[in-house]
Amino acid sequence: MLYIDCPYCGSRGHEEFTYIGDATKKRPDSAEKSDSAWFDYVYLRDNPRGPHLELWHHSLGCREVVKVLRNTLTHEILGAGRPGDEIAMPDAETER
Amino acid sequence: MAEYSVFSLVRNALTGHKNWQRAWRDPEPKPSYDVVIVGGGGHGLATAFYLAKVHGIRNVAVLEKGWLGGGNTGRNTTIVRSNYMLDDNSHFYEKSLQLWEQLSHELNFNVMFSQRGVLNLAHSDGQMDRFARRGNSMRLNGVDAELLDRNQVKKMVPHLDFSEEARFPIYGGLLQPRGGTARHDAVAWGLARGADRLGVDIIQNCEVTGFKRSGNRIEAVETSRGTIGCGKIGFAVAGNTGYLASRLGLKLPIESHVLQAFVSEPLKPFFDHVVTFGAEHFYLSQSDKGGLVFGGDLDMYNSYAQRGNLPTIDHVMRAGLAMVPSISRLRLLRHWGGVMDMSMDGSPIIGKSPIDNLYLNCGWCYGGFKATPGSGWVFAHTIAEDAPHPLNAGLRLDRFERGHLIDEEATGAVPGKH
Ligand SMILES: Cc1cc2nc3c(=O)[nH]c(=O)nc-3n(C[C@H](O)[C@H](O)[C@H](O)COP(=O)(O)OP(=O)(O)OC[C@H]3O[C@@H](n4cnc5c(N)ncnc54)[C@H](O)[C@@H]3O)c2cc1C
Ligand SMILES: [Zn+2]
Repeated sequence: MLYIDCPYCGSRGHEEFTYIGDATKKRPDSAEKSDSAWFDYVYLRDNPRGPHLELWHHSLGCREVVKVLRNTLTHEILGAGRPGDEIAMPDAETER
Repeated sequence: MAEYSVFSLVRNALTGHKNWQRAWRDPEPKPSYDVVIVGGGGHGLATAFYLAKVHGIRNVAVLEKGWLGGGNTGRNTTIVRSNYMLDDNSHFYEKSLQLWEQLSHELNFNVMFSQRGVLNLAHSDGQMDRFARRGNSMRLNGVDAELLDRNQVKKMVPHLDFSEEARFPIYGGLLQPRGGTARHDAVAWGLARGADRLGVDIIQNCEVTGFKRSGNRIEAVETSRGTIGCGKIGFAVAGNTGYLASRLGLKLPIESHVLQAFVSEPLKPFFDHVVTFGAEHFYLSQSDKGGLVFGGDLDMYNSYAQRGNLPTIDHVMRAGLAMVPSISRLRLLRHWGGVMDMSMDGSPIIGKSPIDNLYLNCGWCYGGFKATPGSGWVFAHTIAEDAPHPLNAGLRLDRFERGHLIDEEATGAVPGKH
């Protein structure tokens, strides 16, 4: 089990959550006309081996969206917060 | 290296099996190769084999960071089928199935390909309609498919839950009789031996860690066993594609996720086919050693860890019990995880990359084992000719940008599809 520190509910097992995915993707402005901006947003992923910023929906809890920093190689959870929060990346390039 | 035959078997049996020769060499890497394939799974090995055999390109190295078949090739549940609906997948996977049908002969190595039939269960009228549509599409593409009703399924696999209490009653199913399973290790070993016999250098314990570039080309790869020059280079590293691509500054429509699989203690033969549950994600077959081999869904979060988590195990077991209640007291022997290269439309990517001499083979999602020979066949062609084979022309990387997705599930851009 992964334990995610929900900013509203505290530490909860990950089976209460639904994984949404990469938190670094920003939806382009709806006036954006270039195909490449939308292509990047919809399809491309950094897919890092190491720290990954991601969104989880606390679907069986408070039903809020939680931002989580998690290492994809070790599954260690390095931080969690609200979607707008800045979560600090670990300094050392922990094996990207 | 000697041909395997009934005579070599008898001869070696009479001498106590002490004189078998090694099946492939263990060469030191040369300073450079015409083609370097990164990844010694089934796809990399099949590519090297067909490069040498069909295209006459023999100055080829396969670089593997661990041991042969230690990636997903050795971790999967070995189901082989070609029951796809969309043309680009259908023709490609059918070619692969046809190659499977002759692979043991072609390699002089028994890959234990067993065409025991793959049956997908349906649990509602809507699902039956969908299967009728998929089955018809398959038949129009020359692929075998049979729609079975409840009674036909019951005759074929009596141990499924046909009771009144079944949570998900069985309405029928779609059968591909030519589908089945193969022995995963034998596939890696047979292809390795076949490629080696044609002159390919298979280099294990050799991790690619970086690249030497000049302009828009890759001149050489940096590895844990030194720098190796390359004329052309192909990636066949499954779930590690994202990592290697990031070393080149390439972003791909792929996420790496973990998928688990399970095997039970051995039983006498009782489950003759491959059966997939239609209400949940679960599928089951019985191995030649008697163990029940089964799997379910991804753990559903990005992972490079090659190990999964308990909630998914619980979920898979529940689905298994709903499909086959009689396995409730069976003990689990082993379980493991593999790192899956999940593409954003659920279909593979085989083709050229934005770098001139780099070719990509990735995005296999849940189902790349069945593609092993077909993938090698078209990838070898793509590398040799610097142009796709007609069978992978649609599987190109730029299909996402052009809007030509191959989305069997029709659920949009998500990296969790089958
Ligand atoms: C649990 C599970 C069940 C599955 N079930 C099925 C199934 O029933 N049917 C089906 O068709 N498919 C199935 N699959 C998918 C299938 O196993 C894969 O798609 C397929 O085996 C991929 O083959 P490959 O040769 O591309 O990759 P792999 O066999 O993973 O080979 C890639 C190789 O690249 C090596 N490598 C990685 N990075 C580097 C590097 N930097 N330098 C050198 N080498 C490197 C790895 O060590 C690995 O050996 C399953 C997968 C899993 C994990
Ligand atoms: Zn919460």
